[in-house]
Amino acid sequence: MAGIELLSDQGYRLDGRKATELRKVQARLGVFAQADGSAYLEQGNTKVLAVVYGPHEMRGSRSRTLHDRAVINCQYSMATFSTAERKRRPHGDRKSTEMSLHLKQTFEAAVMTQLFPRSQIDIYVKILQSDGGNYSVCVNAATLAVIDAGIPMRDYVCACTVGFVDETPLADLCYAEESGGVSSLALALLPRGGQIALVQMDARLHQDHLEALIEAATTACKGVSKVLDEVVRQHLQEASVLTGED
Amino acid sequence: MKETPLSNCERDFLLRAIEEKKRLDGRQTYDYRKLKITFGTDYGCCFVDLGQTRVMAQVSCELVAPKENRPTEGILFFNIELSPMASPSFEQGRQSELSVKLNRQLERCLRNSKCIDTESLCVVSGEKVWQVRVDVHTLNNDGNLMDAASVAAITALCHFRRPDVAIQGEEVTVFSPEERDPIPLSVYHMPISVSFAFFQQGTFLLVDPCEREERVMDGLLMIAMNKHREICSIQSSGGIMLLKDQVMRCSKIASVKVSEITELISQALLNDKAARKAGGKCGFAESMPQDRITALKMDQTDVEMTNVSQTGSGVILQGDEAPPPTVPSPVVPVPGVGQVGQGLQSWGLEEEEEDDDDEEEESSGDDQVEEVTQIKLSEKDKKEAAVVEISDSEEEEVVILYPETTEKSKNSGSRSDQKGAAASKKRQKK
Repeated sequence: MAGIELLSDQGYRLDGRKATELRKVQARLGVFAQADGSAYLEQGNTKVLAVVYGPHEMRGSRSRTLHDRAVINCQYSMATFSTAERKRRPHGDRKSTEMSLHLKQTFEAAVMTQLFPRSQIDIYVKILQSDGGNYSVCVNAATLAVIDAGIPMRDYVCACTVGFVDETPLADLCYAEESGGVSSLALALLPRGGQIALVQMDARLHQDHLEALIEAATTACKGVSKVLDEVVRQHLQEASVLTGED
Repeated sequence: MKETPLSNCERDFLLRAIEEKKRLDGRQTYDYRKLKITFGTDYGCCFVDLGQTRVMAQVSCELVAPKENRPTEGILFFNIELSPMASPSFEQGRQSELSVKLNRQLERCLRNSKCIDTESLCVVSGEKVWQVRVDVHTLNNDGNLMDAASVAAITALCHFRRPDVAIQGEEVTVFSPEERDPIPLSVYHMPISVSFAFFQQGTFLLVDPCEREERVMDGLLMIAMNKHREICSIQSSGGIMLLKDQVMRCSKIASVKVSEITELISQALLNDKAARKAGGKCGFAESMPQDRITALKMDQTDVEMTNVSQTGSGVILQGDEAPPPTVPSPVVPVPGVGQVGQGLQSWGLEEEEEDDDDEEEESSGDDQVEEVTQIKLSEKDKKEAAVVEISDSEEEEVVILYPETTEKSKNSGSRSDQKGAAASKKRQKK
């Protein structure tokens, strides 16, 4: 892996993008009729399906009911065919449980759970093809699904994974860049207020570069939020045309 | 076992104290608790005390076949055990959310940052490599298990010695510690994690939360750094919303704390090395006796005690005046209870006994004389009222009593109660 050049001298990355460019985002809302809310999102080659059920009565352990807000239950799983080598344990292993916890934490901060006491909101996310930035794409897809379900949120939750190579922050990493030992930072942001719902970083990074990296991540997230907003408005327009509203 | 819920008043108290920048144990906002590191008899065993939080880390190694996609690298395996010894809410064998969270954080902090040279753990490429396993056991949970576990894990890894190997062609010989000295692992850097607890939607921040503070916090930010100011891992948890400035500020605080802690670890390792060289006894059993009552050595308290008496008397002066001199009647005017004359004489007895008391209580004795006279008056009124009509509309006075008064009045009250009950029964019969 040492020979691969992640950032060429002209400033181009492996897939021809510039350092601050995001991958192409394509999304659809309302993919499933059965679920309360669903969304399908592609960011480059990473494809994710998100489904939301709720708010509904607490199922399973009644003792976990909160008297003043809703409980958010997230499950993250990867399809066995999503990675280069067949995944033997799609869910239940430590990494998936950790991801589920992070998703839950992110959405607990954003969804207005005070409006639905004693109820439960389920968010299920499945990765169909994994090509880097798994967590970020999941968050974006889940945001769209929650909007499709009509559950009120404080703001869009946008996430992006950024890396640091040759003193330059790279926005929206793909798998080759992520596994190249690059220090990557995943950030989930509420763009309007600039509030960070989740920040996660692995691998070594000098403290002086931290600010630049977070700045780059914030800019990238704001870019993602514009795209998601566009997708939602488009969907609404189509839906209103079908129902005959003006 | 489910953990006992925190009462609302305790929660409010903690949050109010934090708003006033006060902590339960008297620490400042950015202070760590006392960190103590001791080593066991074997290489690779260490105990870490962070205040009352206690964890133990043990490193062991064995020869295994390497992973297929990394044939020239050794394997590092981390495991944090949350044992029921640490807290009744931890269940043995069940993978709770906290256990997953701690395990993943420790893995990311130590493995992804490449603090150990795994290439040096390779014996025969593609066939035999060393698998180094770090087991961290929590012995007592008083908050901030993550920091204690990370310090314990990296200290144990630095302390550990693996057996020496010799390769001759196809043969691999593993030498026992008696044959050849075991060699230490090559540690590049020491990542230490620092935890920040946020309260009131991110307005207040505390470093190294204790267990009570953890219960009332909104969220936690964990930053792992090494002393070269390289950030090894950042993880935010809990449903809080942070701002970029808060994260930057926390990283600055973390770098200061990490350099202090790294100093401490290096010092502890040096001390242990010197102790082993000198041939002295080392190990956990030796370091334990210092906690016994009979030992003359004791940990210093963190609270400033020099002007407690001054502050105390100041508080008393500022407080309310001495309690009002009226004392409530021991007889509660409730239907079925009356007061018959005998009660008054017992008050007289009290006066005599008061004179025998110490000088300190002379002033209080005077007060009691006044109270007694007033009681006589109120008793007479009540007695008359009780005889005429017994209703439960009379108010009860609630005032602070002196202990002696209470006991004697209780005795007299019970006697008069019985008589009163008898009297009322007679009245009822009539």
